[in-house]
Amino acid sequence: MGSPKLLEVRNLRVEFPTRRGTLVAVDDVSLEIAAGEVLGVVGESGAGKSMTGAAIIGLLEPPGRIAAGEILLEGRRIDNLPYSEMRRIRGRQIGAIFQDPLTSLNPLYRVGDQLIETILTHLPMSHADARRRAVQLLADVGIPSPEERVDHYPHQFSGGMRQRVVIALALAAEPKLIIADEPTTALDVSIQAQIITLLKRLCREHGTAVMLVTHDMGVIAETADRVAVMYAGRIAEIGPVQDVIKTPHHPYTSGLMGAIPSMTHKHERLTQIDGSMPRLNAIPQGCAFNPRCPKVFDRCRVERPEPMPAGSSEVACWLVKEGAHV
Amino acid sequence: MSEGGKKTGMPMLTVSGLKRVFDVSAPWLNRVLESKPRSLVRAVDGVSFSINPGETFSLVGESGCGKSTVARLIVGLYEPSEGSVNFEGHEIGAAAERRRHRDIQARMQMIFQDPYASLNPRWRVGKIIAEPIRFGGLLKDNAAVEKRVGELLTQVGLSPADAKKYPHEFSGGQRQRVSIARALAGQPEFLVCDEPTSALDVSVQAQILNLMKDLQRNLGLTYLFISHNLAVVYHVSDKVGVMYLGRLVEWADTETLFSDPKHPYTRMLLDAIPDLDMTGRARTPVAGEVPSPLNPPPGCSFHPRCPLASERCRTEVPAAQPFAGGSVACHAVEEGRLPPWKPQAAA
Amino acid sequence: MMSRLAETWRRAADSDIWWSFTRSKLVMLSALITVVFFVAAYGAPLIAPHNPFDLASLNLADGFKPPVWVDGGEANFLLGTDDQGRDILSTIMYGSRTSLSVGFLAVIFAMVLGITLGLVAGYMGGAVDAFIMRVADVQLSFPAILIAMLVDGVTRGLLGADKHSEAAITVLVVSIGLSYWVQYARTVRGSVLVEKNKEYVQAARVIGLPGPLIAIRHVLPNVMGPVLVIATINLALAVITEATLSFLGVGLPPTQPSLGTLINTGQQYLLSGEWWITIFPGAALAILVLSVNLLGDWLRDALNPRLR
Repeated sequence: MGSPKLLEVRNLRVEFPTRRGTLVAVDDVSLEIAAGEVLGVVGESGAGKSMTGAAIIGLLEPPGRIAAGEILLEGRRIDNLPYSEMRRIRGRQIGAIFQDPLTSLNPLYRVGDQLIETILTHLPMSHADARRRAVQLLADVGIPSPEERVDHYPHQFSGGMRQRVVIALALAAEPKLIIADEPTTALDVSIQAQIITLLKRLCREHGTAVMLVTHDMGVIAETADRVAVMYAGRIAEIGPVQDVIKTPHHPYTSGLMGAIPSMTHKHERLTQIDGSMPRLNAIPQGCAFNPRCPKVFDRCRVERPEPMPAGSSEVACWLVKEGAHV
Repeated sequence: MSEGGKKTGMPMLTVSGLKRVFDVSAPWLNRVLESKPRSLVRAVDGVSFSINPGETFSLVGESGCGKSTVARLIVGLYEPSEGSVNFEGHEIGAAAERRRHRDIQARMQMIFQDPYASLNPRWRVGKIIAEPIRFGGLLKDNAAVEKRVGELLTQVGLSPADAKKYPHEFSGGQRQRVSIARALAGQPEFLVCDEPTSALDVSVQAQILNLMKDLQRNLGLTYLFISHNLAVVYHVSDKVGVMYLGRLVEWADTETLFSDPKHPYTRMLLDAIPDLDMTGRARTPVAGEVPSPLNPPPGCSFHPRCPLASERCRTEVPAAQPFAGGSVACHAVEEGRLPPWKPQAAA
Repeated sequence: MMSRLAETWRRAADSDIWWSFTRSKLVMLSALITVVFFVAAYGAPLIAPHNPFDLASLNLADGFKPPVWVDGGEANFLLGTDDQGRDILSTIMYGSRTSLSVGFLAVIFAMVLGITLGLVAGYMGGAVDAFIMRVADVQLSFPAILIAMLVDGVTRGLLGADKHSEAAITVLVVSIGLSYWVQYARTVRGSVLVEKNKEYVQAARVIGLPGPLIAIRHVLPNVMGPVLVIATINLALAVITEATLSFLGVGLPPTQPSLGTLINTGQQYLLSGEWWITIFPGAALAILVLSVNLLGDWLRDALNPRLR
């Protein structure tokens, strides 16, 4: 069998045809996730991080479509599968957790029924066994008195508890990969910590790989093994989380890190990156970051840098080629 | 008219015993038919603090703790159920008092959270910023107003030509700059900032926070800063108050609060912050969630989640105990049961 | 000034509404038909082949002429003539003018009444809101026709038959307007409840603007989208209501015929062979109402960002 990688994304390009021309939301993105690994995908709004996740799980909202590239799950292409086959893969092999737990749960059904339905769809099991498994899953995600809670409706759970139910639902059919899109953004700080800890523990126990899409560097720092930093639809930097956070190579990554207020050193001013992420219909020529980059030089304005190795990371920046260190 | 606090060294703003109760009952007919009682939410339940001129006072807490309600009570969007708001020596809590002091209202302004909802989508930016100038009668002729709008736009890092554009032509960060320009247009001394950066991306948040600091320094502004993000609060504030279920459980100057937090809830919040410098460190997960404000626990409302809760905490509401540079409302602190603070980051 | 106009034109041509308009053949056809009706109705004195109300030009010998393509038809009377020798095409044009005028005025009356009450109810809330909305509920429990007939009957009783036929248009406008204001009030109130909690309204309150000024300057322009849609669909409804009332004989007198009056006067000849006297005004009414309704439907979809 082909690659040891669980998920491989090669040169993915996601386009949105609109009446004013085609917008490229994800442009030439390549990444890999190994079994049991947590890959953080971080970026600001409009960076294309959620779109990458949606493309992998086959849930791009029309008119968005995969225009080029391929997505391989355990060496098998899944980006061109018919809808019915992709639906079998969703849930069974790839689970999903979204930002708002209310959109993932049907308000009209008991959470137990939703879990049982997912289990029965994907695993050969009797209804009674599925119910036992549903209760077990709720216990696993830390819901108190699961035998009782299994018969409750989503609105009877608090926000944090609902997100736990969603995690249980994502894990129900024992997928090998979970795409978690901003799973903690809607939650309070104290609940966030609970959910992150839970997600980490469960994935370790089940050997599940996670693609964690978020804008929160703090969550990435605590959770991810590797991190991909996205900017304007492309990966700016990808590498082990320690390296990317401590010794960023891309000026965008270092700007992003400097912009986060620190709890340990109080500065009078934060490092700021001027300007804002370009709109999709106005992505600059050359390196998309060049108008905001403090270290821009001529080549950046004309030629687009491809990811190139820098230490243990890969960085799409001409400075790396020049041998300069950020 | 007296210049209030500035000369005498008095606080610019003092709120004492501020309370606000919201009636969230079902309509009368439903209540009668279903024989349900009225349901009241004590969104703010006896909050007192004061802010000195030129200072940044922050209120932090999780959603539903009442911090935004305090902000709205201070600027007069809500009327307090009890308690007083004193601004530069004038009582402006009740709506009637506030109407009497129109000139005082003009000296406080507010910046809102959502840059997409805080600007009228049908107005050009120039008209939006000019509104407080025109309404306050600060400038009469159009050319002068236009010039002033241009100055304000430049002051917040936009260009005077942007006055002709509509809000939808701007990014989130730029809209927040427009919001700030509008707030500054009436020449206020005191700005209430309700989560001004929580809808923004990190790099844009840094721009806005830097801008707000610059403006404070250049114009001598006083800020009340509302946020759920402790790192941001640490960065901007001189003093910080922590709210939980409508009550101010602790306040202190920033250094004290972050280096030696006293209230168990403050400690819990500090523990829960994701730490960029400690990759791989597990956050201390805190048991439990914020109870519903419809049905708050008796006694100290934090007691169901508190590791130090005693019988007294379950029955008696703790009173605020002042200490050097702050105040805390906790029985454990009062009784000396509080263990010393060992920040996780040092472990 | 010219550049301002050019700018407005450029924005309009570039807007999503215009784009969605050009995408649907049906909508463009409806718009074309509606425009043709308007031109024909309001340009009737200039372009109508005859003036059916100029008694001097009428000739009873021209009566009951069938349409031109039927045996006995004359090129002079394209759609035939009625019992008194009036050209049907011309009467339709003049009748449309009356119908559309009554429809427009009624819609404007209902709009002004409904928007004002909805704005007051939504912005003030409390007892005022409860009172206005209960009145609206009561009003909704009577069919529009019934209310219109009631108003008509009362004014007829008060003014007497002669005065009444002079004031017929006003009475119609008021009675139709009164039966349709509730929709505007409810829609506006709902939008106001959403808008008034938005931060731009709160910002205006912090600036110190008085409530009525905020309601008119800030809230009102932002709730007009749905109102426009209702107004378009209501125009069709108002035209039909007017036609119904006129058909029933409580609307406009035969001296000021509307499409409804024409259908009414023609229907007695329907079974005696002179079908064109009533069928053509009827078809005109149906086509007009259908076109305006289609435009309204399209406008509703085009203004709804969720369907875009």
